[in-house]
Amino acid sequence: MPFNINDIRPDFPILNQTIYKRPLIYFDNAATTQKPLQVINAINDYYLRDNCNIHRGVHYLSVKATEAFEEARREIREFINAPSTHEIIFTKGASESLNLVASSFGKKYLHQGDEVITTIMEHHSNFVPWQIICDENSTVLKVAVILPDGELDLKNLYSLITERTKIIVLTHVSNVLGTINPIKDIIAYAHGKNIPVLIDGAQAVSHLPVDVTDLDCDFYCFSGHKMYGPMGIGVLFGKEKWLEDLPPYQSGGEMVKDVRIEKTTFNELPFKFEAGTPNVEGVMGLQAAVKYLRDLGMENIRAYEDELLKHAVERLSAIGDVRFFGTAPSKASLISFLIGDIHPFDAGTIIDKMGIAVRTGHHCAQPLIDHFGIPGTVRASFAFYNTVDEIDRLAEAVLRVKTMFG
Amino acid sequence: MTIQEIETQLADEFAALDDWLDKYDLILDMGKALPPLDAKYKTDQFIISGCQSKVWLHAEYREGKVYFTADSDAIITKGIVSMLVKVLSGQTPDAIQSADLKFIDRIGLKEHLSPTRSNGLASMVKQMKLYAMVFRMKG
Repeated sequence: MPFNINDIRPDFPILNQTIYKRPLIYFDNAATTQKPLQVINAINDYYLRDNCNIHRGVHYLSVKATEAFEEARREIREFINAPSTHEIIFTKGASESLNLVASSFGKKYLHQGDEVITTIMEHHSNFVPWQIICDENSTVLKVAVILPDGELDLKNLYSLITERTKIIVLTHVSNVLGTINPIKDIIAYAHGKNIPVLIDGAQAVSHLPVDVTDLDCDFYCFSGHKMYGPMGIGVLFGKEKWLEDLPPYQSGGEMVKDVRIEKTTFNELPFKFEAGTPNVEGVMGLQAAVKYLRDLGMENIRAYEDELLKHAVERLSAIGDVRFFGTAPSKASLISFLIGDIHPFDAGTIIDKMGIAVRTGHHCAQPLIDHFGIPGTVRASFAFYNTVDEIDRLAEAVLRVKTMFG
Repeated sequence: MTIQEIETQLADEFAALDDWLDKYDLILDMGKALPPLDAKYKTDQFIISGCQSKVWLHAEYREGKVYFTADSDAIITKGIVSMLVKVLSGQTPDAIQSADLKFIDRIGLKEHLSPTRSNGLASMVKQMKLYAMVFRMKG
């Protein structure tokens, strides 16, 4: 083991509780991860010592809070190896980051007959904003398909590209299948044709090392709450040339340089895209989460979670009649499955009563679930605080479901 | 039997069971005991869509009483559907409209009737009462 699980568990007090007379097992990490004490304390400390509106005051607290806020931005820049702090925009979460790009990019670059390419494995939040903007601008939204094992069909994706393609938007890791897409290759291919690429990294940043400079992506979006940070805070990385070029998303305080009755000029990056008082507590919490992840080491996390995934696949396969959705060789630590023809709602309800939190349904990826022609899946998504013993308990619960409904 | 008498009977059956899994075993049995819904009613016209499971509901009005038949694609949902049918089917529109269905809560299954559960059951109860209202107005 690359690190000792016994050292990690005490950082997550929420995991230490009993539900339905059984110890809680939390396998809904793809929906949101639990928060370590370090994150909770960072938020607490901010309100106990530093709370103040930032970027405005000359007084002591305001300067202190502003410095802490901008220090957090530097730390997050380092975490994803972005070239500049100007390229780190704080948002409410990946959804807002995606809406921001869809709206601002769409306003400037999407016209009648233009094309946007996405994939069938997107979360609704990287699908619906593009569908809306494409409808508004009479732009065509093309959807790349997948191979039977849940890998993106690259041939199909590349065949969709035409001279009208304005942007390719896709997920780094599928929230249903776990597939890790070969985004570096896709980005290089697209750039060869002068097409920018946006990556939805919501399911990736908690599992893999992410280096946006190495990837060379034009935009990269993620949420704090899926990477052990607080809810309501997220990040948009965008290359400076794009962020300078795109029109603002929302307007208000902070994002303006000069407001006259005749005309307003906008603030420089990153503030141009951060209208209103930001979520400072969220940023403090996210910074603590980033520190926590860097201390553990993303490579260590990946190695440990790979072990969990392998164990889960082995244990559930041994039960028989378990159908996995998403068996790509390159996968993040989650499994989506059905037990025979048992409805995922039935399975999830019983697994819950066994004390195990799993997600059931379409996981906000209806086009993908429709593609498989199923009512949904049961999804168990793992984090580094989970254990092989907990996975054994899941296997017991699945067996129980099979016996009850089979 | 009145709605309340049937409710009490059902609640008593569950009261004897301590473990959640045993309660769900009983729900499954009830699902299996649900009289089948005529295939011609298992269409989109009779569907009550939840996000996670579907319910089909049909109602008939005969001699002052409403008779329900129903089905679901998920067995647990079907079990709860079965209980609702058992309680409300064969009752008068007035009785159906004023039924508070507290037995679901007493059994400990309140979560299944919450609109956020998105399994179609909350809408099913609404739909049953709506049928009752329509039949009462017609009748």
